[in-house]
Amino acid sequence: MIPAPFTYKRAFSVDEALDLAAQDGDDAKFLAGGHSLLPLMKLRLAVPEVLIDIGRLGELRYVREQDGHIAVGAATSHDELARSALLQSELPLLAHAASQVGDPQVRHRGTIGGSLVHADPAADLPAVALALDVTLVARGPAGTREIAASEFFQSLFETALQPGELLTEIRIPRPDAAGNWAFQKFTKRAIDWAIVGVAVQGGNVALVNMGQTPLRAAAVEQALAAGASPREAAAHAAEGTSPSADINGDARYRQHLARVLVGRALEESRSRA
Amino acid sequence: MKVTIKVNGNQVAAEVADRTLLVHFVRDVANLTATNVGCDSTSCGACTVLLDGKSVKSCTVLAAQADGSEVTTVEGLAGGSGEMHPVQSAFHAEHGLQCGFCTPGMVMAAVSLLAENPSPTEEDVRTALEGNLCRCTGYHNIVRAVLAAAPATSERRSA
Repeated sequence: MIPAPFTYKRAFSVDEALDLAAQDGDDAKFLAGGHSLLPLMKLRLAVPEVLIDIGRLGELRYVREQDGHIAVGAATSHDELARSALLQSELPLLAHAASQVGDPQVRHRGTIGGSLVHADPAADLPAVALALDVTLVARGPAGTREIAASEFFQSLFETALQPGELLTEIRIPRPDAAGNWAFQKFTKRAIDWAIVGVAVQGGNVALVNMGQTPLRAAAVEQALAAGASPREAAAHAAEGTSPSADINGDARYRQHLARVLVGRALEESRSRA
Repeated sequence: MKVTIKVNGNQVAAEVADRTLLVHFVRDVANLTATNVGCDSTSCGACTVLLDGKSVKSCTVLAAQADGSEVTTVEGLAGGSGEMHPVQSAFHAEHGLQCGFCTPGMVMAAVSLLAENPSPTEEDVRTALEGNLCRCTGYHNIVRAVLAAAPATSERRSA
């Protein structure tokens, strides 16, 4: 399988990438690690006419402390996230979840920004971004703007980014209790997408693959806030969800799995606190 | 576009279509055909090569993305006089292959693992090979081979 023909352009700075995107409009896509986009292009589900390669821009690859939060460059690979000493100590949920994406080869190429803008509800990091209440920083023709994670994921493969806008940074507030986290996902093979997954940070609970977008499990969070036990809170995990049915399970199975995994994740998170 | 990639130490330059995948550049331009195309969908790992020292699935990288980089395939592991790399020797000694189709990718994934973690546990090895499928299900001997190769590989690196 090979992608349909396109024109490859390499950007040597974010400014140049934005200029190139402005020239080519809707026909262009940004390419970083390519581990979401190239598979879609090989299946001809995506047929961009121009690819703008931002994968080697050092200005988009970093993990650092900045003004009281942690800032992660959008082209930072999953492998770099997993190995970051700063994330391991300050945001272990993100470091651990990144270490569970795909397999080592995928983690060497795939990037956090690519995973977030692809907005696949079955991917791990979008739900982690919701659980961590991150802010997404985008640059575009109209300048720089910040988008809350709760506003970012709009539908299946659809985000709040406008044409020509590039996700440049993920800003992550320091959680009150960074050690109070858990990540659970259920797969048939290690490299598969989660049939269902759960990310927990403090009282925030987010679900992987339980609808058209990653979701916050609001009913679980409310029950926890009202003093429910992990088991009691987990009973609410499927409320408000409409998971898809596929070869791995029907909607009822996924809803059952969500209750089981949320229960395990809450117990795990509590055991770390 | 013109793509130049240092493959196993040799500069390979060619004018290729922008959509050329790295695995096709390696097989059809550099004429190194040990790297197999298996699933062609980022799952099986048969096409694993090292890109600037790190394992990647070359069916999901554009040759253009590797322009100016170094690529190592299984043909590039043996020493100048043909002696096998410790990982290759260990696959031979431990019978870490059956049909052999997954082997080039398995070996490159193992080399990448041992570069990152010179003394892996058995669990580390199994986890590190999760992106490489063996249709013969010969995993036990493959894992044994990687564990056996670990000491020799770190000796070779420090030498």
